Amino acid sequence: MKKVFKMQDLDCAHCAAKMETAINKIEGVNKATISFMTQKLTLDAQDERFDEILEEAARACKKIEPDCTILR
Amino acid sequence: MTKGQKWELKKILAAIAFMAIAVAAPVDGLLRLALFLIPYAIVGGSVLYNAARNIANGQIFDENFLMGIATIGAFIIGEYPEGVAVMIFYQVGELFQSYAVNKSRRSIAELMDIRPDYANIEQNGQVVKVDPEEVRVGQQIVVRAGEKIPLDGIVIEGSSLLDTSALTGESVPRRAEPGSEVLSGCINQSGRLVLQVTKEFGESTVSKILDLLENAASQKAPVENFITKFARYYTPAVVIAAVLLAFLPPLLIEGETLRVWGYQALTFLVISCPCALVISVPLGFFGGIGAASRHGILVKGSNYLEALSQAEIAVFDKTGTLTKGTFSVTELRAQPGVEREELLRLAAVAEANSNHPIAASIRSAYGKPVVQSTAGQVEELAGYGVCVEAEGRQILAGNRRLMERFGIECPEVDTIGTAVYVAADKVFLGAIIISDEIKEGVAETLRALKQAGLSRTVMLTGDNKTVADKVAARIGIDEAHAELLPGDKVAQMQELLSKKSPRGKLLFAGDGINDAPVLALSDIGVAMGAMGSDAAIEAADVVLIDDNLNGLLTAMKIAKKTLGIVRQNIVFALGVKGLILILGALKIANMWLAVFADVGVAVIAILNAMRALRL
Repeated sequence: MKKVFKMQDLDCAHCAAKMETAINKIEGVNKATISFMTQKLTLDAQDERFDEILEEAARACKKIEPDCTILR
Repeated sequence: MTKGQKWELKKILAAIAFMAIAVAAPVDGLLRLALFLIPYAIVGGSVLYNAARNIANGQIFDENFLMGIATIGAFIIGEYPEGVAVMIFYQVGELFQSYAVNKSRRSIAELMDIRPDYANIEQNGQVVKVDPEEVRVGQQIVVRAGEKIPLDGIVIEGSSLLDTSALTGESVPRRAEPGSEVLSGCINQSGRLVLQVTKEFGESTVSKILDLLENAASQKAPVENFITKFARYYTPAVVIAAVLLAFLPPLLIEGETLRVWGYQALTFLVISCPCALVISVPLGFFGGIGAASRHGILVKGSNYLEALSQAEIAVFDKTGTLTKGTFSVTELRAQPGVEREELLRLAAVAEANSNHPIAASIRSAYGKPVVQSTAGQVEELAGYGVCVEAEGRQILAGNRRLMERFGIECPEVDTIGTAVYVAADKVFLGAIIISDEIKEGVAETLRALKQAGLSRTVMLTGDNKTVADKVAARIGIDEAHAELLPGDKVAQMQELLSKKSPRGKLLFAGDGINDAPVLALSDIGVAMGAMGSDAAIEAADVVLIDDNLNGLLTAMKIAKKTLGIVRQNIVFALGVKGLILILGALKIANMWLAVFADVGVAVIAILNAMRALRL
């Protein structure tokens, strides 16, 4: 399943790249891309665990930029 | 400016004022330190807070931490003004970055502001505004002058001029009359139109384009990925170098102090952030994609923009791409003594009742209503043509074999199209040439494309060789391969792919009909004039909304300029940073230069990247 999420308060381009790497490392993620310019996360991950993966992705982002939230 | 940005600006101004006081105040020792700590806390408090929080989260080498260490270091060795100034500059740079990024984000959003807000439907004799999503296929909608067309449809009433510039970048308005298909996103300039909706909102042109552009940013170019990777190693490497620089010289060289080298090490930390690159490179691509969309060119990702700039071989489908794809009368070759208008009229009379496409194009070329053949004697000879008794004469219209069959002498007509031989009462009057016209300006565009960097242009077609060779000669294409079945096209593409240089890219441009396998095979698949064809939009990497080949030229130019800007930024940022690292190691560079290398370079790179938007 592939879904696009808006990211709020994503303020640093370098962090966006780090988040992208971190999310791609989560098990079950086929491909994740974060666009700093459009402030969007495109997450392509396994269907069964999608919500779980999204949860994990949100945690990973919080670690890198605490102010940034994934809007669902 | 956003609220947050205004707040940051106030903090910076306050810090500058307090710093001026601190510099001017005739105090020494701890009091001086305290005076400098005021502006430092104002402007750098959030940086230190973020650094501490990120370290707690296991993120060590982030810019907050580096700036924190660098400025605290400056305070420790007694360089108070520099500690504060570096922090102020850093914040000014950050503020400018977020301002610039927001601004370009907004200008692109405006560019994409083609989403219609409402549709007008007639209910009980009254026009009501509804959400375009609620309108179903087959319903009728009213579009008044000045309104945006909300859904794709066919005009059933009224006529007007449409401004299609938001979709195509084309400034000449297009006519819309009953029967013409209109695309959502165009603006109705003059009259009132009643449309019958042909596509639901989710499937309409506007939604498709918006979707496409929104997703474009998730396809990153190799250059972008390179920068991300580079940034991952650059920062730790510079930090390690800084540590070595602080401790090694004092240990190894007699007379060198930790204080002096520690200061030099701090300059390293200041320039260790790769911000200039990490922001300006995607910003450049984003701007390039935005600029392209303003010209009616949808690029599905930065990777395709980069590939376009490296296009080496361009392969074109003939029909619909280089030629118009519609058959029309291109020439009237009347025999001596025969009026050309009369030749056309007789042919139109003969073909009055035929529904063959050739007959239709003859009738449309004649343009006037044809008097139906009164005698009613119409004989269609399959594979030959027609024989009609009309106006007291026997009129023949068909191919050469028809003439032979009736024993009429006539010359062989040499043409790239189809010749319709016309005879009346067994006398050959002349031939009407019907052919697929070459699009206007194709030859010039092909020439310009080669100047723009293509080394080879190839035409593939299923048409016969004679036609293909003639078209090829007229438009000046390098190679033409004719009589190809879909499978042969794939084989041709594979051969061309094997011939290109390793870095060069192969581009295929077609009208998107039956092209899917070839589009998929090419490095860059370009679908032209494809707003009607969903399959083409799916399969292509670049979509030209208009079916004008010039769009391809514009796309290549934008791609080249964008990549140029991106490269300038990479070279400039790395060059300046590298230079200052060297100067720092040689004890020549001070903190001020380092701040310029960090913030100044980022600002200049961003300004440069924003140029891509205006291409």
